[in-house]
Amino acid sequence: MEAEPAVASRAVAVGSRRRRPSRRPEYLPGESRRIGYLYVAPAFILYAAFNLFPLGQGINLSFYRWDGITPGTWVGLQNYREFFTDPAIREGYNHVLKLMVFYSFLPIVLGLFLAAVLSRIRIRGLTFFRVLLFLPLVITDVVTSVAWIWMYDVDGPIATALRHIGLGALVPSNGWLGDFNTALPAVGIFGLWGQFGFCLILFLAGVMKIPASLYEAARVDGANAIREFFAVTLPGLRYELQVVLVLSVIGTLGTFDEIYVLTSGGPGTATIVPAYTIWSRLFNLGQVGSAAALGIVLMLIVFAVTFVLNRLLERGAER
Amino acid sequence: MNTTTSRLQVTMNYLLIVLCSAVAVYPLIGILLASFYPAEQGVSPSGFGLPPSFDWQNYVTAWDQGRFSEYFTTSVVVAAVMVPASVVLSILGGYAFATMRFRGSKVIFYLFILGLIIPTEATIVPLYYDVQAMGLIDTYWALIILEVSGEVAFGIFWMRAAFLSAPPSLLEAARIDGASSWRALWRILVPFAKPAILTLTVLTFADSWNEFFLALVFTVNHMTAPAGLASFSGKYTTQIALVSAAAVIVALPILIVFIIFQREFMRGMLTGAVKG
Repeated sequence: MEAEPAVASRAVAVGSRRRRPSRRPEYLPGESRRIGYLYVAPAFILYAAFNLFPLGQGINLSFYRWDGITPGTWVGLQNYREFFTDPAIREGYNHVLKLMVFYSFLPIVLGLFLAAVLSRIRIRGLTFFRVLLFLPLVITDVVTSVAWIWMYDVDGPIATALRHIGLGALVPSNGWLGDFNTALPAVGIFGLWGQFGFCLILFLAGVMKIPASLYEAARVDGANAIREFFAVTLPGLRYELQVVLVLSVIGTLGTFDEIYVLTSGGPGTATIVPAYTIWSRLFNLGQVGSAAALGIVLMLIVFAVTFVLNRLLERGAER
Repeated sequence: MNTTTSRLQVTMNYLLIVLCSAVAVYPLIGILLASFYPAEQGVSPSGFGLPPSFDWQNYVTAWDQGRFSEYFTTSVVVAAVMVPASVVLSILGGYAFATMRFRGSKVIFYLFILGLIIPTEATIVPLYYDVQAMGLIDTYWALIILEVSGEVAFGIFWMRAAFLSAPPSLLEAARIDGASSWRALWRILVPFAKPAILTLTVLTFADSWNEFFLALVFTVNHMTAPAGLASFSGKYTTQIALVSAAAVIVALPILIVFIIFQREFMRGMLTGAVKG
């Protein structure tokens, strides 16, 4: 996923009805001033011209068959019908679903577990460890992908270590990224590596905010570590969980950078993802209308997932 | 007995966090070391042990022949224009949404919020032809304009929250003084929101430096550092040492900014994540 640092908040703003405990009204002194338009205008004009307007164009384009050069022909919903009939598209979404296990589920589980264990004792030098744990997220995807190309190489560290302990037979002849069976999980492990540090730090920060009295109460009740986790830690982290879940799921849906660098969707189509399909239809195959339709569909899926996840998680929390 | 278990637990905890950190940095340290391996010889970096000698040749090759001096310049120019522009526009917009009421302000704000989750893939196809029609393919301007227009959605969201956290009395005082809205912003609110602005600046720089998709689509010769690295790595698949040196060059600026501004970075990423 695009590391896309903070932009986190994007996740929770849409479809969220959560009322945050805020001592402030929605709009401050609420002075009525037309001059507000003037302040908003520069950003809005730019934003509208290069985001909203192209969105409209994209919807229009999605009803055409167009090679990008000769005049296009109107085909109605044909490009959208492809979404259900074209096996290449289905394959991309199938891969993204599998990647979610690595990009979303595993980092969250691992992060929760580690945060629960680590939070029981104050760690000195936490700042230093936090910096290290953040590095995979901070450094450009392209760079980390290059690092993992080396990791997965037939002569790379993983292969070398396996050979050293006599398990050289496990090393695929083209490396993990070049093997039909292992390429997708290999991309997944890369994603897990990129995400788990962020999850851990976010959850650790969240745990610190849980009042100690809740833990004390749980201990007085004779709760063991596991019950304490489910009774105190997990409920205390529900907001962080919501953020990470929504973010990582929509991030995975848009996965592109590492696919481009690590595997180019290959071998064959073993690691093809929707964003990569859009890119290659636009530039390599001249199927511009289809690329536009796929982009719109991807957006609608992202909207729907964000909305549904936020609603579900909030309803769960209210119970 | 209690003390021994807790000492055991302390040790375990440190082992655990050291292990996690090691996993996080190992691939990165790995390519750092790999970058010093001689390019030609058959000695390939296996990830264990140090390079035979610390040789800067790969950096020289990547910088000159690999054209990373050019890619680097592109990234620097784009960031140097894009970051201030985006931050200023975000301050202006965030200010209006936080302190003023005007017809349609809610709708406009929600349109910006929508921008937080519109994937680039949804607009990239028409954008390509728009940018082409404007004659901006393969220019700095294409990247600058598109990056700013993408970033202001988050920036406005962020600055609005920052200005909303200002005590109302602050603005009240300015109003009583008869200060114009422009003066009130730059004299009172901006100094108040300095930490938030610094955080936004750092994050915007990171986004700009790490941007890959736009650079891939819109540039041919004037590639940014990450796009240059992707094409370089595709070309020299067998020369791990050389590609690693290029990767280190690309990672270095963001690494330096991260280390200097780690507090802002973390705050941005963590509170940015949890606020909403």
